[in-house]
Amino acid sequence: MAISVRDAEKVKYREFMERIEAGEKIEADDWMPDEYRQTLIKLISMHGISEIMGALPEKEWTPKAPTLYRKLAIMAKVQDEVGHGQLLLRVAEDLIKPYGKTREDLIQDLFSGKLKFHNVFHWKTKSWADAGLIGWLVDGAAIITQTNMLDASYAPYARALKRIAAEEVFHAQHGEAIAVALAKGTEQQKQMMQDALNRWWPALMMFFGPPTAETTGSSKQEITIKYKIRKNTNEDLRQFYLTKYVPRIQGIGLTIPDETLRYDEEKKEWIYRQPDWNEFLKIIRNEGPMSQERLRIRKLSYENNAWVREALGLNTAVNV
Amino acid sequence: MNREYKEAVVELLYQLADDDLLVSYRGSEWLGLVPHIEEDVAYSSITQNTMGHAAIYYGILEELGEGKVDDLAQLRPANERKNAIILEEKNGQGHWLYEEPRYDWAFTVVRNYFYEAIKKKKIDSLKQSTYEPLVQTAIKIDTEARYHLMHWQTWFEQLIRAGGEAEERMKAAIEKVWKDIGGVLSLGPNEEKIVSAGIIESEAVLKERFLADMKEKFAELGLEFPGEPGMERGDGRAGVHTEDLEEAIATLSEVYALDPAVPW
Repeated sequence: MAISVRDAEKVKYREFMERIEAGEKIEADDWMPDEYRQTLIKLISMHGISEIMGALPEKEWTPKAPTLYRKLAIMAKVQDEVGHGQLLLRVAEDLIKPYGKTREDLIQDLFSGKLKFHNVFHWKTKSWADAGLIGWLVDGAAIITQTNMLDASYAPYARALKRIAAEEVFHAQHGEAIAVALAKGTEQQKQMMQDALNRWWPALMMFFGPPTAETTGSSKQEITIKYKIRKNTNEDLRQFYLTKYVPRIQGIGLTIPDETLRYDEEKKEWIYRQPDWNEFLKIIRNEGPMSQERLRIRKLSYENNAWVREALGLNTAVNV
Repeated sequence: MNREYKEAVVELLYQLADDDLLVSYRGSEWLGLVPHIEEDVAYSSITQNTMGHAAIYYGILEELGEGKVDDLAQLRPANERKNAIILEEKNGQGHWLYEEPRYDWAFTVVRNYFYEAIKKKKIDSLKQSTYEPLVQTAIKIDTEARYHLMHWQTWFEQLIRAGGEAEERMKAAIEKVWKDIGGVLSLGPNEEKIVSAGIIESEAVLKERFLADMKEKFAELGLEFPGEPGMERGDGRAGVHTEDLEEAIATLSEVYALDPAVPW
């Protein structure tokens, strides 16, 4: 008795789900459901391009870093981020290959707004303290997101994350050292650090995304959990983050700009003021405070260096 | 160390330190704007090494009682700087922050290639210096400088050999840089003191070695040799500089200058 194509697909799907539920890992050449591939492409290309775009806010302070030592450290840090971007885009490139797409398509998707970059990289930086805050608290948040996926069912992504997460730990230490130097410094330095925290706190609360799909209309977290790409929900991650960082932030004498913030012992959870999710919606439409400026600089350097790529014979552009 | 010898050592150290500082500052402005991601990572390594070299030279100056490393790197006004003028020049049109930076990759490749080629000659010469801390520094820096030179030489050759627009842009950049590359070779108004003290070989000797390499490379690539290196805009070693340097110093010291007395 012949089985239909559709039934064969169902069998494959069931076997696939059994594999990942048993903790097996999927490699780039293995069969995978289209929804799984699409989800990974979206997630990993966004992660990769976010590393590249995420270099920009700190780059804004790199030439101005206060001492030669800090200049060297922040350059090394920004360099790591670009390196992570490269690593992740390679993972994404393998996934888009069956569709006949290349890195060039991802770049074009970034320019057209189809491919987003992480919401935290749309915010303005105003002082050197912001560079410290990004290293410490944004990279700290990234570590939590990445730890949540270290055991991802897709092996090439999990491997890349292991390498990235190890470096992020150094970044968080680098950022914390800047933050501590400022928070323990002169009144002027301390104020600079406190202002940075006041500015960035809402962005940090948005970092992990909305608690539920209802908050903003859509969320991919259910799908990524179903496919064992990630373990915990956005809200779980935010709770881990608060548990880890609230004492540390307060420990260096800074005040968190949310007087409603408290740990509810009965519910065993942090109560905090919701950030403005409408602002979040704007950001994910590339209408955040710095979205267009950062996209513009990326696009400009892409166009400005077109002659170099042509000279190198790169048919598929590798510039972003 | 007698006073005259020390003055000569200090003079040369400022030249070496300020050159590397400006080269690495211009490199730091390129972060995120270079032609591809792989180059971004590679160029950033070179920039970090180069700033590290500047820090070593300033460190020796600090030991010689000239002041704190960061004061030397950041607080000295433009007219006290000893870097060559071509190294302070902006990377191209626009501004590295969000003011439409249209940086010139050809200019960057050519400037860095010639700079590293001359730097290598100086480093090799410093290995025979009468001043032991410079001998040790040269040995250390050489392990990195040779790779920097290779990196920029590869770009130089590739873009010339590509022909077409790339070759045209490169030729224009060579013409532009050559007019002032003499400033990098220059040992300044106090050359005689530096050379007679045996701290480094003479400008004429270093220049001859640099030009011999360049003639060979230009011939290999079918380029017309541009002749005697120029110093059209003056000698940075004598404190002659452009507005580009003032702007660079203002930017790189913006945060430190808020309060140079405290840790950052």
